[in-house]
Amino acid sequence: MAKIIGGITTSHIPAVGNAIANESFVDPYWKPFFDGYPPIREWLHDQKPDIVINIYNDHGLGFFLDQMPTFAIGAAHEYINEDEGWGIPKLDPFPGAPELSWHIIEGMVADEFDITSCQELAVDHGFTVPMQLFWPGAPHNPEMPRAIPISANTVQHPIPTLKRALNFGKALGKAIRSYPEDIKVVVLGTGGMSHQLDGERAGHINREFDEMCMEKIVTAPEELTKISRHELVRQAGTQGTEFLMWMMMRGALSEKVTPLHKNYHIPISNTGAGTMLLECID
Amino acid sequence: MEITEFDSHTQIPGTTLFDGKMAMKGYALNKMCFSFNAAEAREEYLADPEAYHDKFKLNEEQKQACRDKNVLALIAAGGNIYYLAKFAGIYKLGVQDIGAQQTGMSVEAFKEKLMRQGD
Repeated sequence: MAKIIGGITTSHIPAVGNAIANESFVDPYWKPFFDGYPPIREWLHDQKPDIVINIYNDHGLGFFLDQMPTFAIGAAHEYINEDEGWGIPKLDPFPGAPELSWHIIEGMVADEFDITSCQELAVDHGFTVPMQLFWPGAPHNPEMPRAIPISANTVQHPIPTLKRALNFGKALGKAIRSYPEDIKVVVLGTGGMSHQLDGERAGHINREFDEMCMEKIVTAPEELTKISRHELVRQAGTQGTEFLMWMMMRGALSEKVTPLHKNYHIPISNTGAGTMLLECID
Repeated sequence: MEITEFDSHTQIPGTTLFDGKMAMKGYALNKMCFSFNAAEAREEYLADPEAYHDKFKLNEEQKQACRDKNVLALIAAGGNIYYLAKFAGIYKLGVQDIGAQQTGMSVEAFKEKLMRQGD
């Protein structure tokens, strides 16, 4: 049977894509950020997962406001990265795992999660930056697993609640574990942490709130579901709502997890950047 | 559930929630900005912005906000920041540039403000 070996969180800031392209790894501005990744890469190298579930939020490449799915699951053989309009280098396609995608879709709809299936999905920096961070050279890193993107709407309110996000993750985890092949799966929760790009409050970052979230998501994710969406915006900023992806990731993991690594740094671009590695306990 | 929680004019200072009301108001503007994912669209816009505004049926408030490259006015006209970022990209304006503009600071002062939050 399929096994979920762990979950990884990371911010997915577009500027990181450029910093990777420019190889700014030891630049004083970037070093504290990039230093958070080698321990996770080592773990991935040792574990060699077969599949990565990449939970991210589209930023206006794959979806527009004409049709905005609350939860969308990729079911494609490959995922194309396209021009987002501001000059991040375009990457080659990422191989998918549609047979597992459809198993997940079947399982989740049976579990009463009404999701949107996507046989074509252009993936933006929210998906590609984490892949590049964890598998340098992606999509041409031979250790990079086949990927299944899952996108949740944070572009337009109403966005899902934190409780729904956690429960989505639980149903996702259940569906993955019921897959009959002996494969290892790792789940990424990308985006966040606190940041706000729009309005007179642009530049809002909240270290205290981010650190609380990083602590609670390990031991007591249910407590975080008490935070209303409005309160999440107030505390984490308008784009800090991307923390929903972390909750979806967490739901898919075992109830107890071992936190193997974490890093937090302010600022990368306009954002509090957080990275965590959580290993599942059988 | 409290419906008022999602009034776009929330009590969070300096913040507009992009909800259904704003989505209705800004649809044409956001649709134009979404088109800027394509390089040809960006070139077409720069060649004749007014013709491009008309092609997407922007209203006068939206057109003026585009002419002024005024991000707060673009948001007030229904713009969504994820799509507006593509408009800003045409003029090579990054998130620190638009942050500085919206907060009335210089770009250097805005970057300094971001750095200070790491202390």
